[in-house]
Amino acid sequence: MANIALGGSASHVSGETTRVARLQKFKSWDALFSGLTRSAAIAVLVLLGGVVVSLIVGSRLAFQTFGLSFLTREVWNPVTDQYGALAPIYGTLVTSLIAMVIAVPVGLGIAIFLTELCPYRLRRPIGIAIELLAGIPSIIYGIWGLFVFAPFLQQYVQPALITVFGPIPVLNMVFAGPPYGIGIFTAGIILGVMVLPFVSSISRDVFETVPPVLKEAAYGIGCTTREVVTNVVIPHSRTAIVGGVMLGLGRALGETMAVTFVIGNAHKISASILSPGTTISASIANEFTEAVGDIYTSSLIALGLILFVITFIVLAIARLLLMRINNRASA
Amino acid sequence: MIVSVFPPARRRSNSIFLALCMGAALFGLVFLVLILISLLYNGIAGLSPAVFMEMTPPPGSAGGLLNAIYGSVVMTVIGVVIGTPIGMLAGTYMAEYGRYSKLSSVVRFLNDILLSAPSIIIGLFVYEILVAPMGHFSALAGAVALAIIVIPIVTRTTEDMLMLVPGPLREAATAMGLPRAHVITKVAYKAARAGLITGVLLAVARVSGETAPLLFTALNNQFFSSDLTGPMSSLPTVIFQFALSPYKDWQSLAWTGALLITATVLLLSIMARALGATRTPK
Repeated sequence: MANIALGGSASHVSGETTRVARLQKFKSWDALFSGLTRSAAIAVLVLLGGVVVSLIVGSRLAFQTFGLSFLTREVWNPVTDQYGALAPIYGTLVTSLIAMVIAVPVGLGIAIFLTELCPYRLRRPIGIAIELLAGIPSIIYGIWGLFVFAPFLQQYVQPALITVFGPIPVLNMVFAGPPYGIGIFTAGIILGVMVLPFVSSISRDVFETVPPVLKEAAYGIGCTTREVVTNVVIPHSRTAIVGGVMLGLGRALGETMAVTFVIGNAHKISASILSPGTTISASIANEFTEAVGDIYTSSLIALGLILFVITFIVLAIARLLLMRINNRASA
Repeated sequence: MIVSVFPPARRRSNSIFLALCMGAALFGLVFLVLILISLLYNGIAGLSPAVFMEMTPPPGSAGGLLNAIYGSVVMTVIGVVIGTPIGMLAGTYMAEYGRYSKLSSVVRFLNDILLSAPSIIIGLFVYEILVAPMGHFSALAGAVALAIIVIPIVTRTTEDMLMLVPGPLREAATAMGLPRAHVITKVAYKAARAGLITGVLLAVARVSGETAPLLFTALNNQFFSSDLTGPMSSLPTVIFQFALSPYKDWQSLAWTGALLITATVLLLSIMARALGATRTPK
């Protein structure tokens, strides 16, 4: 290419040299730009690696002091410098579980509504409105949860739950009073609303890729809409739905500010989900700047490492499942 | 009607199912509307010129959010200025030079994980690498934490948008003898411009509401400060501090700040959507 350009029309020697110089410049700029993009891509890897390494280094002291029992101890006492991660881990898992119990059926319902029921003209606006729920910053959920939602739950919903489940053996432990308003239950519901858009938008996207022929065939043999959805649409998009759910779960596990406002920050494990608790991220957000002493700080960083490992696994599974869908779609 | 052909049991289960789906959509919309209404109801009362002209007050006296707004803008701008070029270059590598390379698929996978990683972990990371060695909290550390959140967002959208640029455009440019760097910067970037701007807008929207990574990097500051090496106030951290305080006037300022942030973020994401929609009609 360069030779043709050179041999073509260069008549003057001076013209030739500027042309050579210019091509040289082109070439070095190309090499430079290619190198730059490559190093930026590697920088993303280094960044993630750096996060892992810094968390491991920061948490070493805690794991050296408490060993692996750090994971299974419930105690959290800054006065005697005794720390264990069990209560925050428990809170993280339970709030996320409540969130998914809400977000999965509701998110799927929204996706079905948007693809099968909604008048065509309203699909886009309603879809965007639901996605805006994901755009609202988490601190807004926090302040709203603390001042509006928690008092509402405390006054109306929680007393009702306590009365209804009171006579039922196991459930009366789970829904035991008093109604604080804030606590694991409230945090779980708010998390559920926050991750709703993740489940619904991914489900909607895969529902739209179900071949119309399949649905038409099912309608043709006399299926109702419900039967088409549960027997054709959902089985066809199962993998991607699980991927979307895992993505939402990843978000719910690591969500910080909304939870910090409404969880109550109590380092204890209670049988009742109406009582205050804590999560990994809420403990870090609340205590990190006030943590005095290396072992306290290190314990909080160790909590961060545990959270990172859990979310990494969940998100990796989500991506692998969603990747399989993309490959199948493009193949 | 065709529906009436179905036996009653199937018809009933179908209508219950459809009603539940409609209820689900209603559930989501009700939460959105409730949140927006309480923001307007609680936030608009405190909205006055003083909010933009005065500092955050001590409890019991009047004041505004000027230092917090300034800090948020400064850290967001620095974060985006640091994060955008790195993200764009990384995205460019994955879509152009290394589209089929092993490195790209690894980076793509890990970038997607970084995209959804808990932001509080980013805060811990920046604390470890910047705040602890420097010995004090700083606005710069806050901006770096925000940049780390910007990078995966911009990387992802850049790659997606460049992938949408048709190959023949690149081939035509290459056939004219342009080197690859020129093909990318002069042709592919131009064709994908709207999408690239969308990515940056989304990143700004996401970052301007972030609180967790700022808590122990930029910390907070009761006073106006333009010193990048010292602690700096920001809207989200002020909301956090004021909302959890027992003082009524602080809480009302927190609501006003929340209204400002939400309005900004929603405006940005709607703009990004409109811009994205003009180029890629769906």
